[in-house]
Amino acid sequence: MFKEVTIGQYYQTDSVLHRMDPRVKLIGTFAYIISLFIVNSFVGYAFAAVFLAAMILLSRVPFGYIVRGMKAIMFLLIITVIFNLILTPGRPLIQIWKITITWEGLSFAVKMAVRLIFLIIGSSLMTLTTTPNQLTDALESVMGPLGRIHVPVHEMAMMMSIALRFIPILMEETDKIMKAQIARGADFESRSLIKKIKSMVPLLVPLFISAFRRANDLAMAMEARCYRGGEGRTKMKPLVYRGSDMVAFAILAVYFAACIALRGAGY
Amino acid sequence: MGIIQTLNLIHDYITRDEEGNEVGTVRALDDVSLDVEPGQFIAVLGHNGSGKSTLAKHLNALLYPSGGTVIVDGMNTQDDDKLWNIRQEAGMIFQNPDNQIIGQVVEEDVGFGPENMGVPTKEIWERVEESLKTVGMWEYRKKSPNHLSGGQKQRVSIAGVIAMHPKCIIMDEPTAMLDPSGRREVIRAARALNDVEKITIILITHHMEEAIYADHVFVMDEGKIALQGTPREVFSEVEKMQALHLDVPAVTMVAHELRKAGVDIPAGILTKEELGAALELVPSVASMQSGKIS
Repeated sequence: MFKEVTIGQYYQTDSVLHRMDPRVKLIGTFAYIISLFIVNSFVGYAFAAVFLAAMILLSRVPFGYIVRGMKAIMFLLIITVIFNLILTPGRPLIQIWKITITWEGLSFAVKMAVRLIFLIIGSSLMTLTTTPNQLTDALESVMGPLGRIHVPVHEMAMMMSIALRFIPILMEETDKIMKAQIARGADFESRSLIKKIKSMVPLLVPLFISAFRRANDLAMAMEARCYRGGEGRTKMKPLVYRGSDMVAFAILAVYFAACIALRGAGY
Repeated sequence: MGIIQTLNLIHDYITRDEEGNEVGTVRALDDVSLDVEPGQFIAVLGHNGSGKSTLAKHLNALLYPSGGTVIVDGMNTQDDDKLWNIRQEAGMIFQNPDNQIIGQVVEEDVGFGPENMGVPTKEIWERVEESLKTVGMWEYRKKSPNHLSGGQKQRVSIAGVIAMHPKCIIMDEPTAMLDPSGRREVIRAARALNDVEKITIILITHHMEEAIYADHVFVMDEGKIALQGTPREVFSEVEKMQALHLDVPAVTMVAHELRKAGVDIPAGILTKEELGAALELVPSVASMQSGKIS
């Protein structure tokens, strides 16, 4: 039931983007998302599209694979477009019954759709080329300074990585419980929504109980292995910037500056 | 002096009602005194609820005594300054292999302990390599723990503890959730550590066959040490063991019944080979055998 969600799942191959330091990718993705809101013209979007296309080529992830992941957000996209189309005031273009579509609405809707699509492709490109582990490390490192104002950065990163480790275990457990309930006559196939929700209760209760038990065990095992938070902890796989990462930062800076320049020039 | 000592150790679990008032206490450990010498292989037996897991948690300072003291390598577990030293010197393996592996890759999990101790990166890698090779899991270092068998996962957990360079490893029913072949893997790894690395092992188990290799066996019942001695001494007390709801190894049982039936063999036989050798010495059996051969 979770198989069809391919959006942003790590795609294993060897490419410049895969080998890049995860921090560069994380910062780059944020910069790209911001740049999408800086540019505000079709020339600007074309520029962002060229940049994105270049990154997709560099990543060696098949374009079809990325597009397939987009299916999940299709619904959101359509709703956004419709609302922008009919709710923006301005010069009327077409009028059907009480609904007016304006020129401004049309241009706004298209821009919004383009933004959203680029945003999703851009950020899924990061997760497609970065393992969850590297991503957690990068988050911890980039957010590190927040630790000084008592944001539990290390703890959050640790929770993320533990959650990632336990997802397959809990999925397997869900499957087991489901089969056990089916064997005792539970009905998970029913089409009625209410019945479906009701049938989730005997599934979720044992799953939660078992998850809490696991959490308790795990906490004890971590303590037994001297875990005491992020302080004084060393890294087995520390993140180190290499020359190529510096080049990547430079390219990113040039792209970002160009986006600001485009906006300034009135495009 | 022993590496692990408990002196009149008492542990009470306090049961509370919904408002958090104490409604009663359950005494899980009652006046337990034991002394473990460095390099020994110790087995702790007992049926469910006999207090053996509670005892294990005291030896790693996961629980604190309600009364009495626990000394690990000269350090009192109630001394907060020594807490991390104790946990490093007395490693712990738990029952469920899934719930004690933290890393998403085998090698990262083994590195978890040394990372917590603040070991420099280069040395972490050396320790990881050394410990994974010790338990024979080096080829699996890049694998996800989810793709390993139970016995392999448990060996990874053992490697994770060895990487912290402990003097003593406490294993709390490490084989309870494994199939027979997984059980053999884990026990073999534990014995090798004891033989080769001279690490003190405290194996808590309810599989009697695993206890026959121990130097010393403690049998727990209702929070007390009910019986102790060498495996031979303990398992010769078949009736006492049965009174404690514990089995003795099948071979020992057969030998015991034979003895009761009047066959002249020694008490406390632990292996098939021993039983065979003992039977050879019994005149009637020996004559039967030679009769068959001739």
